[in-house]
Amino acid sequence: MRPSETTITAAVGGAAGTAAPPARRVTGLLPDHDAIAEWRRLRERLAHADRPATAAALVALAGGIRRTVISTITGAGLGHTGGDLSVTDILTTLYGAVLRVDPANPDWPDRDRLILSKGHCSVALYTTLATCGFFSAEQLSTFAAPMSPLNGHPSRRAVPGIETSTGPLGHGLPVGVGVAVGLALRKSAARTVVVLGDGELQEGSNWEAAMTAGHRRLSSLTAVVDRNGLQQGARTSATNDLEPLADKWRAFGWEAVEVDGHDHLALLDAVTAPHGAGRPRCVIARTVKGRGVSFMEDRVEWHHKVPDAEQARLALEELR
Amino acid sequence: MILEQTHDCRDAFAEELVRLARADDRIVAVCNDSVGSSKLTGFAKEFPDRLINVGIAEQDMVGIGAGLANAGLVPFVCGAATFLTARALEQIKADVAYSLANVKLCGMSPGLSYGALGPTHHSTEDLSWLRAIADLPVVVPADPAQTRAAIQWAAEMVGPVFLRIGRFPVPDVSPQGGAAFTYGRATRLREGVDATIVATGTLVSRALEAAELLAEHGVQARVVNMSTISPLDREEIMAAARQTGAIVTAEEAVPTGGLGAAVAEVVLETRPVPMRLLGPRTFAPTGGTEFLLEHFGLTADGIARSALEVLGLDHA
Repeated sequence: MRPSETTITAAVGGAAGTAAPPARRVTGLLPDHDAIAEWRRLRERLAHADRPATAAALVALAGGIRRTVISTITGAGLGHTGGDLSVTDILTTLYGAVLRVDPANPDWPDRDRLILSKGHCSVALYTTLATCGFFSAEQLSTFAAPMSPLNGHPSRRAVPGIETSTGPLGHGLPVGVGVAVGLALRKSAARTVVVLGDGELQEGSNWEAAMTAGHRRLSSLTAVVDRNGLQQGARTSATNDLEPLADKWRAFGWEAVEVDGHDHLALLDAVTAPHGAGRPRCVIARTVKGRGVSFMEDRVEWHHKVPDAEQARLALEELR
Repeated sequence: MILEQTHDCRDAFAEELVRLARADDRIVAVCNDSVGSSKLTGFAKEFPDRLINVGIAEQDMVGIGAGLANAGLVPFVCGAATFLTARALEQIKADVAYSLANVKLCGMSPGLSYGALGPTHHSTEDLSWLRAIADLPVVVPADPAQTRAAIQWAAEMVGPVFLRIGRFPVPDVSPQGGAAFTYGRATRLREGVDATIVATGTLVSRALEAAELLAEHGVQARVVNMSTISPLDREEIMAAARQTGAIVTAEEAVPTGGLGAAVAEVVLETRPVPMRLLGPRTFAPTGGTEFLLEHFGLTADGIARSALEVLGLDHA
């Protein structure tokens, strides 16, 4: 697709009279057709693969994404390493085997929508999107650099594949509910998946949206909670406890299942099983913050700590 | 005077929305248990599936609006202006403006129109905090014709907007013929050379009355209806400063950050002239809207008096 199709200049500030307000995405990021072809081959292969082969392919994909997360954050000197590593297997499973998206046509009206509500884990998402070919993986080295489209938090206006700008917590689920309501009104079969952090469930807006989704019986909506048990400053249980978490979702009219959030097949089953009678589903994915790097695992200080050169070397070695 | 018949702009909003929705099935309405006060009863009757009432949950409401836009619909998100803008301000910033979502935010019953219900229900800060958000047009229609034209423009245009839909009865102020509303353009309702009154919404008709009072004092006041607060019609402001040399602004909102501040910024940057910025600057005491408008000097008399002051004629 030519950039002009999704690009017009946002003419604002002092614009008057005939000037239109800004409407569309402004981006320098173009689809990477080689990456898209490779991703499509993977999807094709997994559509017919047995379970061990599926697991092996997703493990390999996740390993590559984790390594890129480490090198990207180290290079930029900025990032949320722990959460990026806890959410990686969730994103890998969704983009590797579930979501019907078209990286060459990111605004395809009947695409499945993924919203990463925990927007601070943008590097994991950017890396996954680049793996699918939404843009070239070379762009990842610009993460957080001056004028890069790859901001610390994902912006819909700058990055193809981003459905809504996130960063402030508690925003993704209401938007996901709106998407699911809208797709149903449009008679689209597309599904909506919102990936939430566990700490952000302390934001009340999530529960407003959960109530609406339950009330409206949004069976095309899935929430996946990256339940790593840590928030910025301490354990969620020590800060403002979320348990019994699954019961909370059920009380709001959702189905809730708990799975190992690093077991790709378990995640795959949990997000693809048919929803029961008109209910949205919450998948509570039990994860480990910093997963895959021994000295980061389940350690609160790695929420947004950046590895130094030696730590990055050790991390990459462990992730090999 | 000019005020034979007055209108609640919400009625024009509701009629126009239904009319547009008949022709465009992407148009949906979202509200926060405000079907009645947002005047959506007719819409609900005709398009029951296209009214999404989320209950008393404004953050959810605005997020859902952004999601509906993502799904290809054109949501008009309606709620009492103060709850819509204050409770959901971060959603307006991040989900709507920063995400460039095609959401039409409709702040109903703004300003002092809830009268004796008190400052918790007054929406007097909305212009200030929404004007501070980039890429979010802020539109304040002054009468039914402007309301209809602004709704129509909003429905056709792809992108976010905030529309402030008045409840306090106002007379027709738009000139016959021509476009009642042009995005980003002020409407000059009365020519004058001695001073300019820049008003918005409810205050426009009062500005016109003030100009008549001023004419009795031999002061020829220009009257400008500033129906787009952001982006502001800078040329019209610069012309007012250059050609009339004095400006009074009047709005049903705090001038600290609202229309008054917006106009003052342009004047200060281009051609400083004496100004008076009229609007409530404190939480309102108890009283009906008409009483409160008087209390804050937002009447023809109050505006005229300020114009005389700014011209140094108040002791004449």
